[in-house]
Amino acid sequence: MSAAAASPGPAARSAAPAPARSAATGPMPLALPLALFFAVFVVMPLALLAYVSVHDDPALTTFGLSQYRKFLGDAFNLAVLGNTLWLGLKVTLLTLAIGYPLAWFYTLAAPRWQALLMLLIVLPLLTSAVVRTFAWVVILGRQGIVNTVLTGWGWIDAPLKLLYTPGAVTVALAQIELPLMVLPLITALSNIDPALRQASLALGAGRWRTFVQVTLPLSMPGLLAGCLLVFASSVSAFVTQTLVGGGRQMFMPFYLYQQAIQANDYPFAATIAVILLVSVLAVVTAVNLLARRSRGFVHG
Amino acid sequence: MAEAAARAGQGGAGAGTDPAGAGRVAEESLRSRLERHSFALVFGVLCTVSIVLLMAPTVIVVVTSFTSGFSLKFPPPGWSWRWYLALWNDSPEILGAFVLSLQVAAIATSVSIVLAVAAALAIARRREAWARWVESLFLSPLMLPTLALGLALLMLFNLAGTGLSFATLVIGHVAITAPYVFRTTAASLLQLDASLLESARSLGASPVHAFRTVTLPLISRGVAAGAFIGFMYSFDNVAVSLFLSDARSEVLPIRMWHIIESNLDVRAAAVSGVLIAATLLMMIVMERLAGISRHLR
Repeated sequence: MSAAAASPGPAARSAAPAPARSAATGPMPLALPLALFFAVFVVMPLALLAYVSVHDDPALTTFGLSQYRKFLGDAFNLAVLGNTLWLGLKVTLLTLAIGYPLAWFYTLAAPRWQALLMLLIVLPLLTSAVVRTFAWVVILGRQGIVNTVLTGWGWIDAPLKLLYTPGAVTVALAQIELPLMVLPLITALSNIDPALRQASLALGAGRWRTFVQVTLPLSMPGLLAGCLLVFASSVSAFVTQTLVGGGRQMFMPFYLYQQAIQANDYPFAATIAVILLVSVLAVVTAVNLLARRSRGFVHG
Repeated sequence: MAEAAARAGQGGAGAGTDPAGAGRVAEESLRSRLERHSFALVFGVLCTVSIVLLMAPTVIVVVTSFTSGFSLKFPPPGWSWRWYLALWNDSPEILGAFVLSLQVAAIATSVSIVLAVAAALAIARRREAWARWVESLFLSPLMLPTLALGLALLMLFNLAGTGLSFATLVIGHVAITAPYVFRTTAASLLQLDASLLESARSLGASPVHAFRTVTLPLISRGVAAGAFIGFMYSFDNVAVSLFLSDARSEVLPIRMWHIIESNLDVRAAAVSGVLIAATLLMMIVMERLAGISRHLR
């Protein structure tokens, strides 16, 4: 576990002395097989997705924007989109609130504890998401631990319905995506010179002020990277959304699946997919712009 | 104390000579102590919540899987191995799904290693703008909703008239595992000291020989870490498999999804127990061999 201490963060790229051509750079044609694979099986299908979405009928005979009009002109569809993005935002904020202290604790802990903490953080990340979702079904079920404890202490008479509520999806997803927030934060916090914090404290700023004015701004690149990862994976977390959220709450991924497989309406499913992709890309681009500015803050 | 003294100094013009000055210092230091403790309390509580949240679900699933009852009651009414035995003895469809998932993940990861390591060698250390563009293309499936990619590939295969098969499933999985292998291999290549290769070449090693004896050993940990992470993601993937597997083949996570959605069979807990144990074991081994946690950051 000694590897956990070394930290080749994102900074490694800018620090690596990599001339355009060195003995370590392989000949260009080596990239061709993967480039070809991506051209055929990633770029082309996504282009096809966009192409299908601008057709009025499943047979792809008439070209038109009716699918987008159908999506954007309907309150139900807009609510599904809004719910999905709102879920992503809630999960991101929740993971940030509990993930930041954990990442900080990691950087202060002794190396031996760091190794154990790293195991705790990484194990859930590598454990199947279906298993982790299943765990929440067990925890929140009618006979789950929450209801057992509450009835056992006499706080409630009948088991509460916890599963299939919006709160359940948010909490379960926040737990499932937590490692994605903590890992970039650990990298960012480990890169901060401890002398800066000590200087701030010695000069009379309190703990809270030092945190808000020194530590938090310096950890911004890691924080934004974590937020991006959590947001992107929680809006598309199909399994957790369907199993913990239940059938009553509709999110974009299941809506897409339903329209494609159950309703066989490929143009509309493609439209949902394009709108989901564009929303995620818009958020990613916006946060990346922010991150570029915050990086100037760190190194400048 | 320096803080308190400074604030006291600001408080009044003659603070130094003021007889009440000493009392004010004491009051300020109390406030700073309060401030320090509130900070420790808030961070400590949140940190504890987060550690409990990280561990609890795994622990609860493992405990539940040893229940002697017929439901997912927690705490279990009694203890037994029955659900593990049921899994081993009379669950051919779950074991079949497990084997299929292993096959798909193993083949997809092997293909990804070949394609992604070659591509990383060619472009990871290039500074040109086009190389950065190609690199972000190779990493894009990490950010895109994979469900959209699954649907897009399904439409492509429908249009091409190939239909769905084991091969289409593997293709979908290569698209999501290759980025992981590419990312960790590229990171290892960036850390590689180019002068080592230059020495090997100037001492007469051919490019292939230099690659085999210098580059490969130095990046092998990065490749292994990426392959392991990619394998786990492929094994776990639902979104791509949902669209790309044919009617006869059902991968394990989808089988599990159906069990949890329909009758909440306790065998799902036993499957989870097996997967958690296997993940923990492989993770400890891979941490020793390749330091995977470093590559996940």
